[in-house]
Amino acid sequence: MTAAVYDDVPLSPPNLSRRKLPWWAFVVTAAAAVLVTWALFELTPIYGRIIFVLVAAALYLIVQTALSVSVEGWRHAKNRLMTSLLLVSVILAVLPLLGVLGYTIAKGLARFDGVFFTHSMRAVAESDPNGGAYHAIIGTLEQVGIATVIAVPFGIMVAIYLVEYSRGWLGKVVSFFVDVMTGLPSIVAGLFILALWVLALRMGNSGFAGSLALMILMLPTVVRSCEEMLKLVPVSLREASYALGVAKWITIVRIVLPTALPGIITGVMLAVARVMGETAPVLLTVFGNNVIHNNPFNGPQASLPLFVYNEVLQSYDTAINRAWTGALTLIGIVLLLNLIARAVARFARVRG
Amino acid sequence: MEPDIATTGRSPTSVEPTPEDQPRGATSLRDGRTNKGGDVAFRWLSKGSGWLILLLMAAVAAFLILKAVPAITSDKSNFFTTQVWDPDGTGKFGIAALAFGTLLASLIALIIGVPVAVGVALYISHYAPRAIARPLAYVVDLLAAVPSVVFGLWGAVYLSPNLIPLSTFLSKYFGWIWLFRSTNETYGKSILVAAVVLAVMMLPIVAAISREVFVQTPTEHVEGALALGATKWETMRMAVLPYGRSGVVSAVVLGFGRAVGETIAVAMVLSSTYRISWRILDPGGNTIAANIANRWGDASSTISQGALIASGLVLFGITLIVNFGARAIVRRGRKASA
Amino acid sequence: MKINRHGAAVLGLAAAGALMLAACGTDNNTGAGATSSSSGGDPASAASSITCPSGSANLTLSGSTAQANAISVWAKNFENACSGVNVNNGLGGSGQGVSQFQAGSVDFAGSDYPLAATDMPKANARCKTGDAINIPLVPGPIAVGFNVPGVTTLKLSASNLAKIFSGKITKWNDPAIAKDNSGVSLPAMGIQTFHRSDTSGTSFNFSNYLANEAKTDWTYGTNKQWPGPGGQGDKGSALVSQDVKKTPGGIGYFELSYAQQQSIPYAQVSNAAGTFVPLTQENASNFIGKAQVVGTGNNLTLSFDYADTGATDYPNVLVTYEIVCQSGNDASKLPALKAFLGYAASADGQKAILSDGYVSLPENIRTKVASAIDSLK
Repeated sequence: MTAAVYDDVPLSPPNLSRRKLPWWAFVVTAAAAVLVTWALFELTPIYGRIIFVLVAAALYLIVQTALSVSVEGWRHAKNRLMTSLLLVSVILAVLPLLGVLGYTIAKGLARFDGVFFTHSMRAVAESDPNGGAYHAIIGTLEQVGIATVIAVPFGIMVAIYLVEYSRGWLGKVVSFFVDVMTGLPSIVAGLFILALWVLALRMGNSGFAGSLALMILMLPTVVRSCEEMLKLVPVSLREASYALGVAKWITIVRIVLPTALPGIITGVMLAVARVMGETAPVLLTVFGNNVIHNNPFNGPQASLPLFVYNEVLQSYDTAINRAWTGALTLIGIVLLLNLIARAVARFARVRG
Repeated sequence: MEPDIATTGRSPTSVEPTPEDQPRGATSLRDGRTNKGGDVAFRWLSKGSGWLILLLMAAVAAFLILKAVPAITSDKSNFFTTQVWDPDGTGKFGIAALAFGTLLASLIALIIGVPVAVGVALYISHYAPRAIARPLAYVVDLLAAVPSVVFGLWGAVYLSPNLIPLSTFLSKYFGWIWLFRSTNETYGKSILVAAVVLAVMMLPIVAAISREVFVQTPTEHVEGALALGATKWETMRMAVLPYGRSGVVSAVVLGFGRAVGETIAVAMVLSSTYRISWRILDPGGNTIAANIANRWGDASSTISQGALIASGLVLFGITLIVNFGARAIVRRGRKASA
Repeated sequence: MKINRHGAAVLGLAAAGALMLAACGTDNNTGAGATSSSSGGDPASAASSITCPSGSANLTLSGSTAQANAISVWAKNFENACSGVNVNNGLGGSGQGVSQFQAGSVDFAGSDYPLAATDMPKANARCKTGDAINIPLVPGPIAVGFNVPGVTTLKLSASNLAKIFSGKITKWNDPAIAKDNSGVSLPAMGIQTFHRSDTSGTSFNFSNYLANEAKTDWTYGTNKQWPGPGGQGDKGSALVSQDVKKTPGGIGYFELSYAQQQSIPYAQVSNAAGTFVPLTQENASNFIGKAQVVGTGNNLTLSFDYADTGATDYPNVLVTYEIVCQSGNDASKLPALKAFLGYAASADGQKAILSDGYVSLPENIRTKVASAIDSLK
């Protein structure tokens, strides 16, 4: 920039002094959008909370963009529009979440007591107010635990193969079928284990049979998310390691995996959360039980989602209350595991 | 810029020209003897895992085919065009209406869910202040923890009645769009309800994976774009989104998989009819997975069970085709950006 | 005062300790909070008709969800009396019960309809030395619940029900309904029908009632999958009853227990003579008492007499059968199996399920059932 320019614009570069909409313009726009929507609802037969939110949001976006185009120019108007759209999407995502969570909490607190977490359902009639899900919690933790112990190393090895080693057809085929596997309906995974493990191999219903079905459901999520995370580890890190004479496998285990760890943990937790609440495959494989059964390898075992499913469709409020507390517990367990996994990830993170 | 890392996927290894059957890396520069054994073992372990997963898929496919074929051959109607499901009575059953309903519900769920999920991911990764981003990311992940039975109940008991005003609105003012036509002005337990439930269910998966990918965008790219005078959105469009495209596509494929395979939740919100209909506001609709859930409990004969497994096989085929499509999109995108 | 405070602290510690110990979990539900008043009758009298088998056994069953409440009451009384026996009901639906029985995964199965001829060979093969038999054990009426503002009693003939559920009658003030309900002010409100979207014995038996009592108006036959056109489908009776309760103008069918628990009014339905019969447990039991036993030997398959014209016979009913091996049962489980089913079929057992919306087996059928159970080998 030359001195002449500085003479013309003494204080700041031109693009920073362009006209900007004051903050109150947006507040006024938002208020106006809500008011107009309200008037619309009063004058026309349109009703309903969901439409109200949608219409008000749309009105706000239109007016804000028009204002911004006229004052700030098209580029900045577009920027504002996109920022607002992102905020709208956050609202749209959080609303159903609050709906589902609020609903579960409101209904689940009725039986959120000591008895629920320490007692099984032995000798409890559906109409009885007592009884608990201790047996189902144990069952689910064991089943999901075993499934995770199998699926995570297996899935990570497949992802390592896909990212670090494969170049030929095998990698393409594997990665393609992993994607196909994501669309496997959970009930079909259950049917497969039922036919193969429970019936053909005569192993009977057990917690482990459930673990196998859940493992099949976890695998694609684990492989796919790990694959994405491994791909994003910078080449420079690998090259630096090779340059120091470190073997490839040690590079992978000590450099690549730890770098990708937070992402991998997110993926694993997604997979765990997904199978934790699965009802259909568990229904066919573990059978369910109403007494405490700690051995996952032999005999019918209870499972929390199955407990919820069976109790929630009953006629008695006592049973339905148990079901909602079960659902709340399920969410709580996943929450807790998530927290633990994140804490572990923070400790294990490679500091660069 | 090196967005290729994300879009080509294999680029981390492409720096090394060694052929596949050799452990890659600068072998000549390091102590090969002590590490070679470990390298070979590790490579075979990972390759073995790849084979094992293929074997597993082959076993699942073989199981499906083995159980499905006797049922399909005994079908007294054309399995692919029939719109009834009565394997025990008349012996006629067909996949047409179910496959149609599955695709329609999942597609609408994608249209509703993916923009929201990607928007949330972008907001968390690049817009929100740290104090908001962390809890928000956590809260969205929490959605994945909600068991499908709860989504089903929420959809059937809460969402379905609350969507009636929206359905009334759509059919009244947008009834000229064929999707929003209504047969007799009864709404609820429709494809629309199922699609919204599915959109909410796929949201955490798509949002979480997209977010992880967006976060990895090199800071230099973002700062470079900003320094060139790009607005925030232009930065997103030019630096962040291209970098994350492959990840987002994977996320969407996973989300789609979740949608087409969802069993219990959809079974609880759909009215379950066996008719091809574009009218997403009418009570009715059905999906393959929901049909299995609804009918497995009372399917005791080989034929009725086989018929349901045959429908599972078709679902398998649908995901196969959709994945082919998704890959073609990624490939074309890669060519275009190269 | 001070001591008291210390005492409170110690008590608190003890309570905390107890809680931690309790965190190990227990199967014992007879302590505080367990009330037997709400169902199952008097445990003392129940115990008198329970003869505990020696040793321990885990009985497993699966199948019908319609009998879930009944089994849970019997299991409760039985498990309280016999500490060595657990009764594990896997539910899952009648067909799944049959499959699991055939595969040998369960000791017996509950089904809302007798074993089909096509399922017989595999079931008999499972029993090795004998045949599989159907034992009717859990009878109950099907309620036709409605939600018409301001109306609590309603008479709906089988023909009108058929027309409502096939979409031919669409308003509550339709002359055909008004004719049977003089004195009731019916609103000009649209009718919204709710049915089961999943296959179920309830759909099977209700469509069977319509097919038999309204032959000209119900042309869709009898089916586990609801055969009628139109209306909204719901998974499970719980959702059907909830929808009827919250939808003005709604009507649906479900087991009596759901109507009672949600206080949904239910209709009087007509029998073969066109007489309207109120739904009471006694009336339902009367109708079942007229049923013919069509099975041979200990196979006690029932055939309802839909031509029955008794003014106190409620014809819209459901009976859940237990499918069990006549002989060839697992020797280690046989005593427990006979003891449990024997208790369920005893007069006490049948009385214990009355508060759950079921009815007792009529005495003529109950004695046959009891002797069939006694003959199991």
